Amino acid sequence: MNGNGRTKLVLGYGTCGIAAGAAAVKEALERELSAGKYDLELDIAGCMGFCFREPIVEVHYPEGRSVVYGDLTPKKVPQLLEAVSAGEVLEDWVVRRSDDPTAGEGDFLANQHRIVLRNCGNINPESIDEYIAVGGYEAARKALTTMTPEQIIDEVSRSGLRGRGGAGFPTGTKWGFARKAKGDQKYLVCNADEGDPGAFMDRSVLEGDPHAVIEGMIIAGYAIGASQGYIYCRAEYPLALKRLEKAIAACRERGFLGERIFGTDWNFDIKIKKGAGAFVCGEETALIASIEGKRGMPRPRPPFPANEGLWGKPTNINNVETLAAVPWIIANGGDKYAELGTEKSKGTKVFCLAGKVRRSGLAEVPMGYTLRQVIFDVGGGVREGKEFKAVQLGGPSGGCLPASLLDTPVDYEAITATGAIMGSGGMIVADSSTCMVDLARYFLSFTQAESCGKCVPCRLGTKRMLEILTRICEGKGEPEDLERLEILAADIKAASLCALGGTAPNPVLTTLRYFRNEYEDHIFNHKCTAGVCPALITVRINREICTGCGACAKICPVGAISGEKKEPHFIDPEVCIRCKLCLSRCPEEAIYAE
Amino acid sequence: MEQVRLSIDGVDVVTTSDRTILEAAREAGIRIPSLCYDRRMEPYGACRICIVEVEGARGLLPSCATRVTDGMVVRTNTEELRRIRRTIIELLLSDHPKDCMTCESAGNCELQDLAYEYGVKDTRFAGEQHHYEVLADNPLIERDYDKCVLCGRCIRICREVQGVGVYDFVNRGFEAVPGTPYNRPLTETPCEFCGQCVSTCPTGAIISIPSKGKGRPWQVKKVRTTCPYCGCGCQIDLHVRDGEIVEVSSPVMVGPGQGNLCVKGRYGYAFVHHPERLTTPLLRKDGELVPVTWEEALGAIANRIHKVLDEKGPDGMAFLSSARCTNEENYLLQKLARAVVGTNNVDHCARL
Amino acid sequence: MTNSIDDLEKAECILVIGSNTTEGHPIVGLRIKRAVMKNDCKLIVAEPRHIRLCYYADQWIRHRPGTDVALLNGMMNVILSEGLADEEFIRERTEGFEEFRKVVEQYPPERVAKICGVDAEDIRRAARTFAGAERAAIVYAMGITQHTTGVDNVLSLANLALLTGNLGKEGAGVNPLRGQNNVQGACDMGALPNVFTGYRPVSDPQVRETFEKAWRVDYLPGNPGLTVVEMMDAVLRGEVKMLYIMGENPLLSDPDIKHLKEALEKVDFLVVQDIFLTETARYADVVLPAASFAEKEGTFTNTDRRVQRVRKAVEPPGDAKEDSWIIAQLAARLGYDMGDVTAAKVMEEIASLTPSYAGISYQRLEELGELRWPCPSPDHPGTPILHVDKFTRGKGKFSPVDYKPPAEEPDEEYPLVLTTGRLLVHYHTGTMTRRIKPLNELVPENRVWINPEDAEKLGVIAGQEVAVESRRGAIKVKARITEKVPPGVVFIPFHFGESPANALTNPALDPVAKIPELKVAAVRIVTGPDMERMSFVSSD
Repeated sequence: MNGNGRTKLVLGYGTCGIAAGAAAVKEALERELSAGKYDLELDIAGCMGFCFREPIVEVHYPEGRSVVYGDLTPKKVPQLLEAVSAGEVLEDWVVRRSDDPTAGEGDFLANQHRIVLRNCGNINPESIDEYIAVGGYEAARKALTTMTPEQIIDEVSRSGLRGRGGAGFPTGTKWGFARKAKGDQKYLVCNADEGDPGAFMDRSVLEGDPHAVIEGMIIAGYAIGASQGYIYCRAEYPLALKRLEKAIAACRERGFLGERIFGTDWNFDIKIKKGAGAFVCGEETALIASIEGKRGMPRPRPPFPANEGLWGKPTNINNVETLAAVPWIIANGGDKYAELGTEKSKGTKVFCLAGKVRRSGLAEVPMGYTLRQVIFDVGGGVREGKEFKAVQLGGPSGGCLPASLLDTPVDYEAITATGAIMGSGGMIVADSSTCMVDLARYFLSFTQAESCGKCVPCRLGTKRMLEILTRICEGKGEPEDLERLEILAADIKAASLCALGGTAPNPVLTTLRYFRNEYEDHIFNHKCTAGVCPALITVRINREICTGCGACAKICPVGAISGEKKEPHFIDPEVCIRCKLCLSRCPEEAIYAE
Repeated sequence: MEQVRLSIDGVDVVTTSDRTILEAAREAGIRIPSLCYDRRMEPYGACRICIVEVEGARGLLPSCATRVTDGMVVRTNTEELRRIRRTIIELLLSDHPKDCMTCESAGNCELQDLAYEYGVKDTRFAGEQHHYEVLADNPLIERDYDKCVLCGRCIRICREVQGVGVYDFVNRGFEAVPGTPYNRPLTETPCEFCGQCVSTCPTGAIISIPSKGKGRPWQVKKVRTTCPYCGCGCQIDLHVRDGEIVEVSSPVMVGPGQGNLCVKGRYGYAFVHHPERLTTPLLRKDGELVPVTWEEALGAIANRIHKVLDEKGPDGMAFLSSARCTNEENYLLQKLARAVVGTNNVDHCARL
Repeated sequence: MTNSIDDLEKAECILVIGSNTTEGHPIVGLRIKRAVMKNDCKLIVAEPRHIRLCYYADQWIRHRPGTDVALLNGMMNVILSEGLADEEFIRERTEGFEEFRKVVEQYPPERVAKICGVDAEDIRRAARTFAGAERAAIVYAMGITQHTTGVDNVLSLANLALLTGNLGKEGAGVNPLRGQNNVQGACDMGALPNVFTGYRPVSDPQVRETFEKAWRVDYLPGNPGLTVVEMMDAVLRGEVKMLYIMGENPLLSDPDIKHLKEALEKVDFLVVQDIFLTETARYADVVLPAASFAEKEGTFTNTDRRVQRVRKAVEPPGDAKEDSWIIAQLAARLGYDMGDVTAAKVMEEIASLTPSYAGISYQRLEELGELRWPCPSPDHPGTPILHVDKFTRGKGKFSPVDYKPPAEEPDEEYPLVLTTGRLLVHYHTGTMTRRIKPLNELVPENRVWINPEDAEKLGVIAGQEVAVESRRGAIKVKARITEKVPPGVVFIPFHFGESPANALTNPALDPVAKIPELKVAAVRIVTGPDMERMSFVSSD
């Protein structure tokens, strides 16, 4: 990356970085550098995974070592540049040092194994040359010029790669179906309609390494015999879309896309279709309907898209992460990939750590790691040293697992056995301040709002479940409600048309299974032990601790807090609306909810 | 297309591979309940009422959308299926008005039939209900989406059969509902008022305004006849109550229309009972047409014919027969012209 | 129709010409749309107006009204020159090919393009699509027949079907759409001046003898009688003294209303037998109240030759009677006993005298619901597709047809072409539909459709009341400005008595079929104060 002997600064410029202020940092860097005072190069890259320390800059020294700095602001830029020029390291800002894995948050990366994210954060995603410089498009060239489609499918089958979109269907087998399907025209679709709350692995890959996805598509398209590819990406990912468009244009220029690619007689091109952000369009038949210009609604399978897909033609649909792994597999061999992982789940999986975890960000680990390893070794455990309570795996379609299951390995079958699903890889960590009923209610409100409305169990069943959860949270739950939830959950799972409905009850079922006492507390004792549900809590001031500073009384929007100055204060429960603003304001942590 | 043999509820069924489980079962006399199914359209698989168990299949399958395969073992009425169907019916009723008393479709409602069959009186899952405005934005078709079960039949028949596509679903989740583009009145859409949506709606969500309140299914007599308008020859059923035609429908998969009609065929019947119908012979006296008896009218015509025959011979008369009348009447009129009067001056407006 | 309505969904290509199918024959239109939507059938629409089927069409050819023969000859020229004809079919099953070829060779696409006002390439493309399909059907309606060249138009279509071997098989055929529920039946039943039932000529002594015997009369006339338009002329000449009209409203449906009004006023005695006091009935000396379709038993024969039952559902109002009763009563007063005229009994008589209906009986119709003629015997299943192994006359005959312009072409005085037709909501002369409140609410009044270009030249805006005038008369009607009609062409539906399109149309007849040229007339549009001095025709 810095073959010209200059030191290079690479700014993390994914959506996470930009959201944290990377644009202003970039401006500051450019301004300072343009003055000509420093002999430094500036480049951008996608997300490295350190989302929790964005904006970050990685400094690459000519001799090969690198240092990552985090939490940058425009104000810090001059100091940073001074230090970099002087060859000094600003120890306090260090996120990671290549020459000292124990420094900063070094273990975050050290505990990962990056295949899909191999280039994310390391190369400029807007430069095809940087991708080529790290071996990009060699796998596609190899596949198209030296392998038959069947050999490619064999190689992918041997790798044990399974669909990373959530269902975990063996990718090689799926390609085989599409290859064998009869049809003059076949399609390859990259499903980039990432919609789980808290999931951003696809976005990060598209923003950080779009060429890896395109290369995977070229290989897949050739393997199944599809000359036209589509990337179905939600319009809410403008940066990913921009980088994809740029990458596709660069590929066409280089002859990697279009007619007779890599000098073969194979034609392949890619169109981008922007989705309107409907969660259900991640379901493959709904996605197909959406590309066709129809309302995104699933249809019954069979027929499967492999036989009757887009425009009624054989269609293969793979997730971003799946496709991004393909070039590595072709380059390094399926066996190499299969060395990682468990018996049935091979290779690596990218997780998005979110919620109350200390290091929220992107983590790619070999299959077989335990949840504990992912959350504690990579993720650094629960924020603010609080106690781990649960992890929601697989987004709204997934389940909520308690601490007792932390040693469950990351493996499709093992996770499914707990009642959760691997899903696309969201991991939302909950601590003791999370109410599990409220969490289930939140996820159900999401799936209900995102239900396409086509089938009755999903449309009306999730609505009724949501209503029941809402009234439990409001303290109006009835003793029969738990049974109602269980009946509805079972029948919705059994009878729904697509996986959205089929998995929607999972958060409820798993919380009922592992945290039933919280439901019972809400219904029978009118208590929310986590202190979350407003109708069930009382906000109190510990008179032993209160110093009477009056900060709480000032912030209370309804004037429920009173007290003499320097005397312990008091909250009138009749007036209090349980907004809990006072809790965060109290310097003594004297206010609590129960 | 090949022959397949399968077992449905223990009954050995032989059919062809293009059949769905639902079709094969119905052919074999096994009724699988359904709601979003209509033979005129492609399978949809939305209502989940027709789900069945298939040995070896992952999960339950919608029988309307699943093709039969050789050796398939299907169960349509297990305890679990009945339980799930009950839940679905209860869910549907939890967002459905209980106004069967006055509902136009009572007695002709597939939801009512399902509730009846499964003995669902009330729902365990009461909750929020929709209260949409009743849409009567045109003289023929009324939409009350409070009664909509979102089976998509109106949307699909308009698109797949009529080829027009006036409706689609709008909104998502609980708020999903069929609608026209930007909720425009039907008169401002390409709607052809064929009423195919009315004919397929399984509940009272889409009804015909002219037949509102005119008769329950068991109060009308259906008389199968042929549409009196264009040359298509669609088969129609006149619904007659107390000597009045109150509605027109078309038998599904019968005749040229196969259950589909046009606006005239479905809504063009009221002329039969129009007050301006001629009810008595009229004879011009002193320049005015005045009511007379048949005796007098026919006598006058016969006299006149004799006179013309005397003066001009048979070709002094000319007859216009009718493309609107029956074969038998046309036959008789040309027979009258040729055999009785003796002229070939008989024609009709075939050319117009 | 040589083929059945159900058959249309099996076609790979359908040529719709001179038919606004979705409005005139909505259910046939529906089947054509399904052929396109479900089976990827290639639809070619040849039609001056933009009709709904254009949305479904692979190709829309907007040729000038009245240039159908040229267009079809052009297509056939391409088929011949590009070697797309069905040689085997021509060799085995047709005759007259060489004479036909000579004529068609005169119609290279470039020449035709000029006549029709279309692109030569479009003609080529249509020819290739049609000839390239394994099964191609032709569908037409009054847009083909209501011309002075109506017969030529139909013969050209037959030529096209013969040339491409599209007769006598599924999903193909030459398929006229009959405009009214029982036009087919009325023709089958001999309600025509030159034939008895089953199209057997009155001029044939043997045929006459059969009927004389069956009808127990000594003599039946052998000279063909008068057609509708000829009848009216004969009235004006004083040759016909008495008109007996059963269930027709020629005053609105026939061309040149003014001429017709004169005839109805002039005729000595007019009998009208109908369900309403129609525009025509107001001129009658005797009006007989008849039963409607819902008040009687009988059969209709639809456009695909399907004989189906009509059943009595309600009683006729007041003293109204079935037409059969009225006819029999009148016959009796003229000294002829028609015997039992219940519908089933009459069908027995029809079957006994009509070979193509010989196998049709009420008992069979009750069982089967429908039977398509020819149905020559009681065990015959009916004939969905005609000409399967051979044509009625043996070999299919090519007819060399040259293009002839319409009888009246636009000129300086009358610069616009008027074409007429139907709307979806209304039917024929509006006797029924305009009395149905909700239907009349949907389309309460008439409009003349004018292209925006013409409208701008004329200074006419949407909704403005204008006068449309031809050499026959003038009507007052509001304007609809729409690109659905091409520049130079106006369209007026003929359902509306208050602004009757047929006050303007040309009564010029096809020399063979005697069909008036309702689809092409020269008109002009008059606006503003100039309208004040004009007198307007209306049926009232």
